[in-house]
Amino acid sequence: MHRVVITGQGTINALGTNVEDTLQSMREGKCGIGPLEFRDVERLSIRIGGQVHDYAPESHFNRQKIALYDRFTQFTLLAANEAITQSGLSFDGELAQSSGVVLGTAGGGVNTWDDNYRAVYEEGKNRVHPFVVPKLMNNAAASHVSIEHNLKGPSFTVATACASSNHAMGQAFLFIRSGMCKVMVTGGSESMLCFGGVKAWEGLRVMSRDACRPFSANRNGMVQGEGAAVFVFEEYEHAKARGAEILAEVVGFAMSSDAADIVMPSKQGAARAIAGAIKDAGLNPEDVAYINAHGTGTAANDKTECAAVADVFGHHADKLMISSTKSMHGHLIGGTGAVELLACIMALREGVVAPTIGYEEPDPECALDVVPNEAREAVVDVAISNAFAFGGLNAVIALRKS
Amino acid sequence: MSDSVKEKIFKIIAEQAVLDVSDVGLDSTLEDLGIDSLGLVESIFAIEEAFDIQVPFNANNPTESEFDISSVASIVKAVEGLVSEQA
Repeated sequence: MHRVVITGQGTINALGTNVEDTLQSMREGKCGIGPLEFRDVERLSIRIGGQVHDYAPESHFNRQKIALYDRFTQFTLLAANEAITQSGLSFDGELAQSSGVVLGTAGGGVNTWDDNYRAVYEEGKNRVHPFVVPKLMNNAAASHVSIEHNLKGPSFTVATACASSNHAMGQAFLFIRSGMCKVMVTGGSESMLCFGGVKAWEGLRVMSRDACRPFSANRNGMVQGEGAAVFVFEEYEHAKARGAEILAEVVGFAMSSDAADIVMPSKQGAARAIAGAIKDAGLNPEDVAYINAHGTGTAANDKTECAAVADVFGHHADKLMISSTKSMHGHLIGGTGAVELLACIMALREGVVAPTIGYEEPDPECALDVVPNEAREAVVDVAISNAFAFGGLNAVIALRKS
Repeated sequence: MSDSVKEKIFKIIAEQAVLDVSDVGLDSTLEDLGIDSLGLVESIFAIEEAFDIQVPFNANNPTESEFDISSVASIVKAVEGLVSEQA
């Protein structure tokens, strides 16, 4: 078994257009959620989200590339560039062949679907741009990262709704641990903040109209976000031999399926994934100091998640910290676990735990230390990140300070 | 050869090839201009949009399509035909 470390990270999301700005916002407990801006927003009843504002594709990509890249692909490429630049790696020869890309997204090119359905249904047009298919396909982002960076090993996209990124990063981890790959570029991306994307979510009646307040008794639903985060996972000896800066070690991963309900979460399913990741890492529950919660801010998720944490950790549940950064960046759906891993790495490296903002009233069903409203300094040696998807698919990843 | 069709096609092809219109000649081939297969389907889409016509082109077998893309001149001629058919 090979050890796996993280040697690069990159992001763009509502809190910042790079890692440093994002972490600074998390340290300050800044809220990236605000009024949505896009065509027909006035026809929505949900009008807030964690949107990436002041973003001009033209300042990053030429016209031909923009014709081919959906917004979720653009976000992915920007995050991947930041991560790979930080890692200092360039991929050629044998390394290129044993390095790949596994990314999560739930919806893929949702803006492209939306724009083109509009063109043919609403505007009555009978032809669409020839790149609609390569632009909207869920694997477009992974493919463009592989093309841009010459990554020739196993590459694909994972779609497990809100757990997509965690499932993707789990695969990347397992590929390196097993010896199949040396380096994996991994994480996830989502961009469904457009009329059709938000309208679909409205239908479920789980969205908040005013704020995302995870674990707070007055929480009233989730708020969508958009963006990407991408990491470079690297085999430990390979990273050590080239003197790379190691940001954290990936030590465990587990997946479970509730096999119960298509939308309602299950305490047992979540608990099995959390306990599984700790066991896979060869750790004891008492070793975990911080949990980046799935913490969507819905009534059902937050109480189920807290119950699962109480089951797995017993008395230690009262000592550990658990926060939901979705309160700041929103729920990035298939990209969310990736952005949330940034908070785990910050806790390990800097000893700063990102807060759950918008926390107003304690809920007896969520009676844990949710790091309310302000970031906290603390020594964190092990952190885990939870993701529990619609469809009952759970994925939990465990990191250790390097 | 009507000027308006020719001018519009030169403009579309120049934009696709990232060249000045003055760099495009009637006897240029798309290959000369550096337009690849994706660039070709994008050009055909732009032509369809500009003239509101349907171009009979199948990327599986470009040489046997009814639409002759062997040079800029042949494209202009084919588009003129399609435009007049529609009139």
